[in-house]
Amino acid sequence: MHIVVCIKQVPETRDVAVDEETGVLLRDGVKSIMNPFDLYALEAALRLKEERGGSVSVISMGPPQAEAVIREAYMMGADRGYLLTDRAFAGADTLATAFTLAQGIDKIGEADLIVCGLQTTDGDTAQVGPGIAEMLRIPHESNVIAITGVTDSGLRLERDSGDSLDTVDVAFPCLITVTKAIGEPRLLSFRRKLETADYPVVYWSLGDLGENEDSLYGLKGSPTQVERIFSPPTQSDQEMWRGSGSELAQRLLSKLSDLRFVGGMRHD
Amino acid sequence: MIKVNHSLCTLCEICVGVCPFSALMREDDKIVVLDTCRLCKICLKHCPENALSLEVTASRSEHNLADYSGVLVVAECSGDSVHPVTYELIGKGRELADKAGEKLSCVVIGHDIADICDQLLEYGVDRCYAVDYPELAQMRVEPYTNALEEVSLKIKPSIVLLAATPTGRTLAPRLATRLRTGLTADCTTLEVRNGSELVQIRPAFGGNIMAQIVTPKHRPQLATMRYKVMEPAVKERKPDARVETLQLLANQLESKAQVVKSRRKPPEESISDAEIIVAAGRGVRSEQSLAMVAELAALLGGQLGVTRPLVENGWADYTRQIGLSGRTVRPKLLITCGISGAVQFTASITGAETVVAINSDENAPIFKNAHYGLVGDLNEIVPALIDGLREV
Repeated sequence: MHIVVCIKQVPETRDVAVDEETGVLLRDGVKSIMNPFDLYALEAALRLKEERGGSVSVISMGPPQAEAVIREAYMMGADRGYLLTDRAFAGADTLATAFTLAQGIDKIGEADLIVCGLQTTDGDTAQVGPGIAEMLRIPHESNVIAITGVTDSGLRLERDSGDSLDTVDVAFPCLITVTKAIGEPRLLSFRRKLETADYPVVYWSLGDLGENEDSLYGLKGSPTQVERIFSPPTQSDQEMWRGSGSELAQRLLSKLSDLRFVGGMRHD
Repeated sequence: MIKVNHSLCTLCEICVGVCPFSALMREDDKIVVLDTCRLCKICLKHCPENALSLEVTASRSEHNLADYSGVLVVAECSGDSVHPVTYELIGKGRELADKAGEKLSCVVIGHDIADICDQLLEYGVDRCYAVDYPELAQMRVEPYTNALEEVSLKIKPSIVLLAATPTGRTLAPRLATRLRTGLTADCTTLEVRNGSELVQIRPAFGGNIMAQIVTPKHRPQLATMRYKVMEPAVKERKPDARVETLQLLANQLESKAQVVKSRRKPPEESISDAEIIVAAGRGVRSEQSLAMVAELAALLGGQLGVTRPLVENGWADYTRQIGLSGRTVRPKLLITCGISGAVQFTASITGAETVVAINSDENAPIFKNAHYGLVGDLNEIVPALIDGLREV
């Protein structure tokens, strides 16, 4: 069985602020790490490999520095790593990112299963995984919390659909996105670090992919555009209330009703 | 992409410093643009030499905008019940359609959905499209995407709104990718300008910054919207509102996935995921008072949280403890009762959307972290709240 895991390098912290005057993101000296959900995706893939045999490839799109997360994946147990890096990929939204990764996965070839983290901590969209599945025209399941069975032809899994938990059988080839419930990722192995120090990382640029038309990648291939970024409204609207117990309670109830925490929720 | 005019560039590296995405770098005697560039254009404004420019090339796949009109809302149903977020999508959709002077449609996918369609017609939609097959009784990604594609191709909406629920967030990217158009996740604000051009605002980096996003050249413009963010639709029936049935072909109903079993989720157990939390601190001086705070939490449909002293007293379980040595919470509403606001507590509630603090000491630090500070005795305020809620 051949499993491909999609991973991404993200800033370590989400505690970024915006300079009010310039609109510039402040994140001095913030380190980069592997997207936390991707560690769980890789863990799920490695457990399947241990059970069924086969191999695990990891793929990432990003600048050359993103090689660090592929090295990290090697230390957890991945067999091969691919980095899609090209100036033409810059400015990609989720559609162009899904297209680029799908091109890379297509070139790796013969994937029975593709595993992605539910979402990244810098984008929070959860859109790239399903996008890749659609580009490849294979089925996918999001929010997978457990893999309860695996055969030569497919997986049995549990998905969290919000209001319900569903048991789903899905046939290979397919893509899943996993939550942290899937199982704690293993620690990096020092032995693996030594063993994999000379593992190559395969670099692919636009010219290496099946589709070379650059208008499908990066900004040119991105339907959405970020017009501006700004700080969320601050708590300058803070209010202090004084009065008797019943006055304060009445005032709070009417505020909770305005904010729709109380009453008027149901229509059926 | 961003282009550097090397003959104008003096290598002052101001652009390297202002780039929010660390996408500019000095490489020997050149400034280079890395793949992390998001084209935010901030560097352009800061370059003293005007050596940076934006190279924009039209996308080959852009759509003819004039062919698209109206707003389509994707209803979220499970079995015979409508998820309440659907009414919020319809409320927002109606507002956007009215501003653009266009129609509002909704689509319901499932089996035996006639009642749901009739019900939605009462909330201001002009047209309700029903895709009703036994194969659609449970959510399966491929046939559901096919159904959404069919309705999109048939009515060519300018805007499509979906719920930012697990189901909406799995179908929306699938549909956007099939139509090769733009999708913005978890929007908290949606407006239209110049007809039906959609302006989308969403939180990024865990809500630490907001991003304003547009889809200038592709249609439809897709957005998912969080539950409890927008106003629900008001009850009104449009004069020519009606249901239209949409047919799918047998191969459009096929799927490589089968739902073997589906069961309702048990109610939330972890305070980490709770949307409403009422938290009790040292100022709650007896177990009877704590029971009162717990009752308030239950009446609000929320969970009880506590600070460390109450756990140490043996009054509450460790799983309910909020704080650096307990759990971090991100509720939509947090009401603190008798909590002074030590850093070990406040550091764990920074993700709370609305914070109400009840404390008798008006100098308590908790008030600095609260949107609404109630200075008073919780033993008077909490019973009055409970009485008020019982009347609702």
